[in-house]
Amino acid sequence: MVISKTLGVLMVAGAAVAAPLEFDFKDPKGVNNVVFRLDAPLESISGSATGISGKVVFDPANPAATRGRLVVAAETLHVPNPVMKQHLHSAQWMDVAKYPEIVFESTRLEDVQVKGDEVTARVRGLLTIRGVTREVVVPVRLTYLKDKLGARSNGQMQGDLPVIRSQFTIRRSDFGINPAAPQDKVADEIELTFSLAGAAPRQ
Amino acid sequence: MRRGLSWRNGLRLLALAIAVGGAGFWWAGGAHWGWTKTSVPVRTLDEVTGLEAITYRPQFVPGVDFLVAVWITAGLVAGASLLFRRDARVALKSEAN
Repeated sequence: MVISKTLGVLMVAGAAVAAPLEFDFKDPKGVNNVVFRLDAPLESISGSATGISGKVVFDPANPAATRGRLVVAAETLHVPNPVMKQHLHSAQWMDVAKYPEIVFESTRLEDVQVKGDEVTARVRGLLTIRGVTREVVVPVRLTYLKDKLGARSNGQMQGDLPVIRSQFTIRRSDFGINPAAPQDKVADEIELTFSLAGAAPRQ
Repeated sequence: MRRGLSWRNGLRLLALAIAVGGAGFWWAGGAHWGWTKTSVPVRTLDEVTGLEAITYRPQFVPGVDFLVAVWITAGLVAGASLLFRRDARVALKSEAN
């Protein structure tokens, strides 16, 4: 009787420990960002966006089951030249008034490799830009910083921190981003670099 | 008695000042060959995550478009000087020569 109760408690505790955690990627410190770079023969354009939000469910015991949805607020796309920024936000380019969100939703992970606190994988998912959804496969490196949330929030919260880094290239013509624009001035390839930290405060 | 600067020469001097001053301002701003910027990225390292945060600080960085605009302005001012007649005494002197 005692043994079965003890086993029951251990199983419940084990299930609690192994439960996947939902991490919020709306970073209160504003560090999360995505950098974009277009390198055309006549002009190089680079900028960033910081309005990132979304949730990722991650289980340290089963990284392959990771899933999530990340959103970039299109109006936070920024380039240092004000005229270029105006064009970027306009209907001809990103049309941020009509398409306020850039969304990536994972569908599954492939080639998952775990090395200590680091997980690398190819994430297959759906990327929606300017209302056009395409399937993409992106390389992702996730570093799991256990119990580091306290250090980042001056002890106000306790919990773990997943840090996601990813770099990949998309084509603006695939997403209908002014496909008629000359490619010698505005490159078709857009290099994207994601630097994201999430948080799952313990209750 | 010393005569004042004529409009014709005054505008030419102004055009020269605009061209040289604009080029100097562009050079002092880092001789940036891209477009003019009104903000510059500031990268700070988040020590816990190792990520770099990007914020933008308002700062005017003149680019080649600024340089071209300055030189076009200087050209227009220099061109406007041609609308004024040459100084009569200088004209007579050059005719005598």
